Amino acid sequence: MSTHTPTYVPKSAAAKWLESRLPIIGLVHSSFVAYPVPRNLNYMWTFGAILTMLLVIQIVTGIVLAMHYTPHADMAFASVEHIMRDVNYGWLMRYLHANGASFFFAAVYIHIFRGLYYGSYKAPREVLWILGVIILLLMMATAFMGYVLPWGQMSFWAATVITNLFSVIPVVGETVVTFLWGGYSVGNPTLNRFFSLHYLLPFMIFGVVMLHVWALHVPGNNNPTGIPIKSDKDAVPFHPYMTVKDSFSAVLFFIVLAWFVFYLPNYLGHADNYVPANPSVTPAHIVPEWYFLPYYAILRAIPNALLGVIAMFASIAILAFLPWLDTSRVRSGVYRPMYKVFFWVFVAVCIGLGYLGAMPAEGGYVVAAQILTFAYFAHFLIVLPLLGIFETPKPLPNSIAESVLGKDAGKGGAGTPAGAASKAQAE
Amino acid sequence: MAETTTTAEPTRRDFLFIATGAVGAIGVGALAWPFVSQMAPDAATVAAGAPVELDLSPIVEGQIVKLFWRGKLIFVRHRTADEIAAARDVTLASLPDPEADEDRVVAGKDEWLIIYGNCTHLGCVPLDFQGAYRGWFCPCHGSVFDTSGRIRSGPAPINLPVPPYTFVEDTRIVIGEG
Repeated sequence: MSTHTPTYVPKSAAAKWLESRLPIIGLVHSSFVAYPVPRNLNYMWTFGAILTMLLVIQIVTGIVLAMHYTPHADMAFASVEHIMRDVNYGWLMRYLHANGASFFFAAVYIHIFRGLYYGSYKAPREVLWILGVIILLLMMATAFMGYVLPWGQMSFWAATVITNLFSVIPVVGETVVTFLWGGYSVGNPTLNRFFSLHYLLPFMIFGVVMLHVWALHVPGNNNPTGIPIKSDKDAVPFHPYMTVKDSFSAVLFFIVLAWFVFYLPNYLGHADNYVPANPSVTPAHIVPEWYFLPYYAILRAIPNALLGVIAMFASIAILAFLPWLDTSRVRSGVYRPMYKVFFWVFVAVCIGLGYLGAMPAEGGYVVAAQILTFAYFAHFLIVLPLLGIFETPKPLPNSIAESVLGKDAGKGGAGTPAGAASKAQAE
Repeated sequence: MAETTTTAEPTRRDFLFIATGAVGAIGVGALAWPFVSQMAPDAATVAAGAPVELDLSPIVEGQIVKLFWRGKLIFVRHRTADEIAAARDVTLASLPDPEADEDRVVAGKDEWLIIYGNCTHLGCVPLDFQGAYRGWFCPCHGSVFDTSGRIRSGPAPINLPVPPYTFVEDTRIVIGEG
């Protein structure tokens, strides 16, 4: 159905010369021009492209900020103020970078919940999904270390609390923490190594993103029906269809980012981080950035320090096992009436944990956090394994084209229903 | 000459393969050590961690003084008679981390409580004279400490530890020795 040439044929002499030595234009063409995508992708599928753009923005603004920043405990805070006041457009670079990090997480959470709703983690996309979990972990490490760099009160105490998480490791915990600090407490050596790693990790993220895209392009995109492309009728070429759709979505997304950067630049931050780091006073109410609040609520919900830390890390690690915990043979939540309900319950649980993470750890808040922590893990360990057994899925369409255009248009394109489709068809 | 038969006898090639592998593994290990070791506190940090001396005479009764040793916060509390009595009027078995107040101070110097000032949960600084026991209250995650610095409720697993220190004179201590 495409009017484009499916494979790249170099025309100019220069292109022919390069292509016979390094077929890179052909690789880009097959990956981002001719690459077939399901014709029914909705706007939830544009966040991968938005995230790629955000990563580029973070790296570019970060490189600029590093040119003006001083990674020393005595000078870091002043150098950030120097960026804000003296460096031309320094304020713009810093606000883009700080709010960009928040929006990075907003986009990645939408991206993850999209994957959860449409079953994008299921075979044959398990490796693609696990690479995504690795990217999430790298993002969290990067965001945390970046937050430490301004060396304000929240920076210092975030560094203290998070590095102390490792002190709960039996026997070697104290040694591990001393090696993380490079001293007997959070100090200049800690700031220095965090700066070094904060510069390194985004490039590691970039590398894993490459693997993520590679792993995506082997089975191809999932789609709202969850059934694979079976004929040319089901697919459209990436360019111009997805390039335009991704760009349009990105414009809308970046308008919201710009609104925060220009009108609410400190809305997502904490005022206490404009107070220089002081090891003798902890701010009265310390909470992490909004994107860490659900994990923080899980950490505080468990009264035992070691178990709390284990639960917090497990809440992310469990995502990597999701492809095997979900026993349903139907991929997309669209055709899973019960899963659909539990999915939105799970979304509410995550938002609830985020709310509780921002509240003080006392009284009813702790009990509520304990209930929601149980609900979080129950979704993966109880609900998903059992749903596949007890749920009756709705019948799947024969093809993507049929789901979009109706029965008649799907004719010819509909072959033998494969994999997940066959079970539901029988009913 | 170039036969690919599986011989029971080890060949010179097997020997070379194992020997090279062994040397390689030792080499990687030897090279990895400096990369791990450089993470440890450096010589300057260790040197700056030498014992510090503190004159107690200006600290009035009821006052808490804070100082740093090895970058760690230390509370020096000149306890009142009531505070000492409150710390000792407790059933040890009811404590999360049972430890007698007498074991946390120097005998005959019961009014001087010298403890680390970072919460044993995740390292925040507890607030002075706060909480149900008027000891300390950690604002981060709600741990409550008594006037002996012992954990009474909240997530902190153990009492605020006592740093090594000795009385060199009646009103003078050295922290880091003892």
